Amino acid sequence: MLDGLILTVVTLLKIVVVMLPLIICVAYLTLAERKVIGRMQVRVGPNRVGWKGMGQPFADMFKLMTKEVIIPTNSSRFLFLVAPILSLAPALAAWAVIPFADGWVLADLNAGLLYVLAMTSVGVYGVIIAGWASNSKYAFLGAMRSAAQIVAYEIAMGFALIGVLMVSGSLNLGDIVRAQSGGFFSWFLIPLLPLAVVYFISGVAETNRAPFDVAEGESEIVAGFHVDYSGMAFAVFFLAEYANMIMIAALTSIMFLGGWMSPIDGVGDGIHWFLIKTAFCLFLFLWFRATFPRYRYDQIMRLGWKVFIPVTIVWIAVIGVAIYYGIGPWFQIRG
Amino acid sequence: MNFETFIFYVFAAVTVFAASRVVSVRNPVFAAMFLVLTFFSCAGIWLLLEAEFLAITLVLVYVGAVMVLFLFVVMMLDVNVEPLREGFVKYLPVGLLVGAIMFIEMVLLIMRSFKSDDFPAPTTAAAADYSNTEALGKLLYSEYLFQFEIAAIILLVAIVAAIALTMRRRPDTKYQKPAEQIDVSKADRLRVVKMASETTEQRNS
Repeated sequence: MLDGLILTVVTLLKIVVVMLPLIICVAYLTLAERKVIGRMQVRVGPNRVGWKGMGQPFADMFKLMTKEVIIPTNSSRFLFLVAPILSLAPALAAWAVIPFADGWVLADLNAGLLYVLAMTSVGVYGVIIAGWASNSKYAFLGAMRSAAQIVAYEIAMGFALIGVLMVSGSLNLGDIVRAQSGGFFSWFLIPLLPLAVVYFISGVAETNRAPFDVAEGESEIVAGFHVDYSGMAFAVFFLAEYANMIMIAALTSIMFLGGWMSPIDGVGDGIHWFLIKTAFCLFLFLWFRATFPRYRYDQIMRLGWKVFIPVTIVWIAVIGVAIYYGIGPWFQIRG
Repeated sequence: MNFETFIFYVFAAVTVFAASRVVSVRNPVFAAMFLVLTFFSCAGIWLLLEAEFLAITLVLVYVGAVMVLFLFVVMMLDVNVEPLREGFVKYLPVGLLVGAIMFIEMVLLIMRSFKSDDFPAPTTAAAADYSNTEALGKLLYSEYLFQFEIAAIILLVAIVAAIALTMRRRPDTKYQKPAEQIDVSKADRLRVVKMASETTEQRNS
């Protein structure tokens, strides 16, 4: 019984150690987003609160915390309040299996890859329920768009991960990184380049980020699924979106960019490489948002179903043949 | 009662509660959400059996994809529940009969396979390097290969049938062909007309 208690306490502490930096990262990602996009548009970005605007995320947070949460009259009250939690919980739960460095992982799950995929797919409920419970046409339209989009891109995402799993021979995220040891040219980015591109773009679509943000589409349907949310309820959606972004960036760096491995073989492997790679992927998110105009809805569907899924299926066949003939250092039968 | 048994009873209670709410709740959207809860707690029970692949796949496929589409349809249709309740008393005997038959069948099945003397032994914890996914994959692609392939073919036929049933090409629908859009040249869209410039006399006349 005492062992169980100690285990529970230690696990809770570990969860705090993962969550606290994550929340801070989310806060500063919002600032980074405004600064980076500001620079790209030849502006300065927020620079008033604190040193060079470093206090801005906290100012935003306090503003949202002190605002009133308004519940629409004809809404489904229970689901309206549950929806933000439904979208945040999977976004945080998926972090349980992310290996930050060799052995630095909360739960060393054998089916880690599947777990991550399942958690990202459950996140859509928050959006759908929010859209329906608000009892508003704009919110509902946003929810419908988001549901169709996420279901479409999840398939491409899953297929891209099948390629990773074929080459690494494991579903364990730590083993996937270890299979990429040996410097830059052993990373899966090179043999799986089409899948890496498809995965990252699908990730952008799954997190409802620009240019795939039709679920929000502020110029068409005001703010989409969270149009009726205010105060903390809105802040929770915001938090979930950014936590998901960081997650997709972390997963991309784990599966295609060699996780904690250094680009030069054996030189200073460690968490700093993982963080650098994740930060680079996050920068791509912001870059996309500043660069591309929003896709039209039917173009998104076409891209998902008619371009990405065929590309992934063809590349899986290529990987199969390559593994059979043992081509290069990448395609070996492992595990 | 050890901790695992306790967790099992929690999950089992939630499953039974959620499953009964699926059929008893008035609002179809809530019913769908309770079905999601049922799947989730079922996955929890499977995890206790160390069947992590099946448990996660249940969440991934049923919760992540099937139920999303279900909710999609239920929300779009805006089902009016009242007409559905009209024939409740009329159809009650038939319903009870079907329920009773199903109950008896299940009792027979369960009594046959779970006699108290050959009750399956509690599963022993597997070794740390044992991978449920790998074991399942090996079995599926060796011993049960033909059954697996037949299931795949049936699914493929179902997909083709579903698409064939819903594909109705309306002649007046306007399609966008991205390949053609990209393929245009300047000559297709722009016509440069050469003409003599206007003189002052022409303008004033």
